[in-house]
Amino acid sequence: MATLEIKDLQVSVDTEDGPKEILKGVNLTIKDGETHAIMGPNGSGKSTLAYSIAGHPRYNVTGGSVTLDGVDVLAMTVDERARAGLFLAMQYPVEVPGVSVSNFLRTAKTAIDGEAPKLRTWVKDVNAAMDRVKMDTAFASRNVNEGFSGGEKKRHEIVQLELLNPKVAVLDETDSGLDVDALKIVSEGVNRFKESGDKGVLLITHYTRILRYIKPDFVHVFVNGKVADQGGPELADELEANGYDKYVALAR
Amino acid sequence: MTITKESVASMLESADEKRDRVDSHLHPQGSFDVADHEVPTGREEVWRFTPLKRLHGLHQDAAFSTGNVKVDVDAADGVIVEQVAADSALRGSSGLVPLDRISARAWAAAPDATVVRIPTEHVAATATVLTITGSGTAAATAAHTVIVAEKFSSATVVLRFEGSAVLADNIEIVVQDGANLTVVSMQDWADDAVHLSSQHALIGRDANLKHVAVTFGGDLVRHDTTAEYAGPGGSVEMLGMYFADEGQHIEHRLFVDHTAPKTKSNVVYKGALQGEGAHAVWIGNVLIRKVAEGIETYEENRNLVLTDGCRADSVPNLEIETGEIEGAGHASAVGRFDDEQLFYLRSRGIEESEARRLVVHGFFNDLIRKIGVPELEAKMTETVELELAKNVLAVPNVKHD
Ligand SMILES: Nc1ncnc2c1ncn2[C@@H]1O[C@H](COP(=O)(O)OP(=O)(O)O)[C@@H](O)[C@H]1O
Ligand SMILES: [Mg+2]
Repeated sequence: MATLEIKDLQVSVDTEDGPKEILKGVNLTIKDGETHAIMGPNGSGKSTLAYSIAGHPRYNVTGGSVTLDGVDVLAMTVDERARAGLFLAMQYPVEVPGVSVSNFLRTAKTAIDGEAPKLRTWVKDVNAAMDRVKMDTAFASRNVNEGFSGGEKKRHEIVQLELLNPKVAVLDETDSGLDVDALKIVSEGVNRFKESGDKGVLLITHYTRILRYIKPDFVHVFVNGKVADQGGPELADELEANGYDKYVALAR
Repeated sequence: MTITKESVASMLESADEKRDRVDSHLHPQGSFDVADHEVPTGREEVWRFTPLKRLHGLHQDAAFSTGNVKVDVDAADGVIVEQVAADSALRGSSGLVPLDRISARAWAAAPDATVVRIPTEHVAATATVLTITGSGTAAATAAHTVIVAEKFSSATVVLRFEGSAVLADNIEIVVQDGANLTVVSMQDWADDAVHLSSQHALIGRDANLKHVAVTFGGDLVRHDTTAEYAGPGGSVEMLGMYFADEGQHIEHRLFVDHTAPKTKSNVVYKGALQGEGAHAVWIGNVLIRKVAEGIETYEENRNLVLTDGCRADSVPNLEIETGEIEGAGHASAVGRFDDEQLFYLRSRGIEESEARRLVVHGFFNDLIRKIGVPELEAKMTETVELELAKNVLAVPNVKHD
């Protein structure tokens, strides 16, 4: 079992004009087996929330807490968080020149498991994970994300999700920039992950489209650095119909 | 003699061409006469980066002696390696004319020359390796090497410099029509070595040269590598890899002179720096002459600064005298670790030191692949690993700036 608990999280970034507060007290609890959708307009702080959970050095936590099964996540380094069972599928996956996908995946798997994967089954596992998201296995010998299309980068994130098998996955706009086919493929990957155990999923999205393929248990409306409203899947339908205007106006 | 319009035109043209040769600020006029080269003061543009004090007087009048450097030869089948007298006609066959005092002094003092000859149409199956080993820095050595790839031949020649020495040398590379030659100059010197090298290549019609400089060791290494074309259709690839450590000065100065139409040049140098006083200098000069229509050139230098206290100077220069070209470009960068790359790797559970290791290997990997000399690949990767152990992997918490 795994519970990710975010309490009154406040985060700022350093700008030329001094620190700028972005997250203004976020409260969110994701229990095992639950999928939470976070929906909000551009610039509301969704990526900031995702990066802060993962420990990106650009974001300064000025208040609140994040715990995984009661253990302080904010005290951990970036890699410790991943080894504790957190995974972030990034909105903009990073290119790493000269490092092959296969080397990267093997190094990551070794780090997460604390031991090198068995060579023979590992290659099979990697190929199978790539097959499932319809990624040519030739990508294994390419450099990490280098020259990948937007959709290929997102599929590569899903390959990592399946191979590294975390406890809680944070997916930051994994749906953006995908055509319908790719969206289905990526969604199926997330659903396989959910079904592989009692996994927690924090699904960050701007559009309701992906929620047709990945069913959330809870929907949170995120505006101006905090949760403005929450409810069940029906809240997504309401957002689909009415947009964020009502919430944005209230937040002003 | 009757003066026709045509002959005036051709006279003007040849006068123009002559002037063309000397006018470029990228290309000072050379001379074999040591007296024509004043002792550098360090204020000259071409000397302003080099710590003259550490040259052991090579730029002044330091005496040369023999017996301090030995050459071991491992020649590929069919490749001829021999010592010839200093007055051999092969000396100067690349068109090398000393561009500075050290090169002129080495030209005058070299007691003989090492010649590597790949006969016409011969395709060498393995690399020919010359291991040049120095036994100390007490006395300076002057040396001369000529590598000739005859018509339509194909070979790889590796010059591997090891041990301790104060060495000034001229290396000539002649790639005759249709030949394919790879020359690797690998500076794997001990910490106290000083190496000033002038390397000049003449690339024949439809010939290809891959020139590779790999500099890991030495107190001060400065290489001037120049290339010109003997005919159209030739191409040169200049690849370089270096790792400057604490106190090391590594300087690569390159000049590609597009003297013929339809020629190509592609220059990629990559280096990492670490430790107090590590200094890397890269000067990439490309001149596209009026005659050089339809050429293509690209030059690139990237430096990865791993710790505080290092300095990298990177200066690309492109001088274009004709607009009728296929393409010309350059890129130059000096940067630290990319925080986003490190974050991405670490967010997958990879520890910080391991993430840095991956990034540095990655930085060099594509280049090592491009160099494509299997005999050296393991050595290059291993050296990167050894260098990394000194700082990047040794310090558990490197600063995040
Ligand atoms: N490094 C930064 N410097 C300045 N402002 C930033 C920085 N990162 C994010 N922001 C600002 O914080 C707000 C939230 O950004 P982000 O978390 O990316 O939103 P979302 O993912 O919801 O679109 C935006 O107004 C954005 O401009
Ligand atoms: Mg975002």
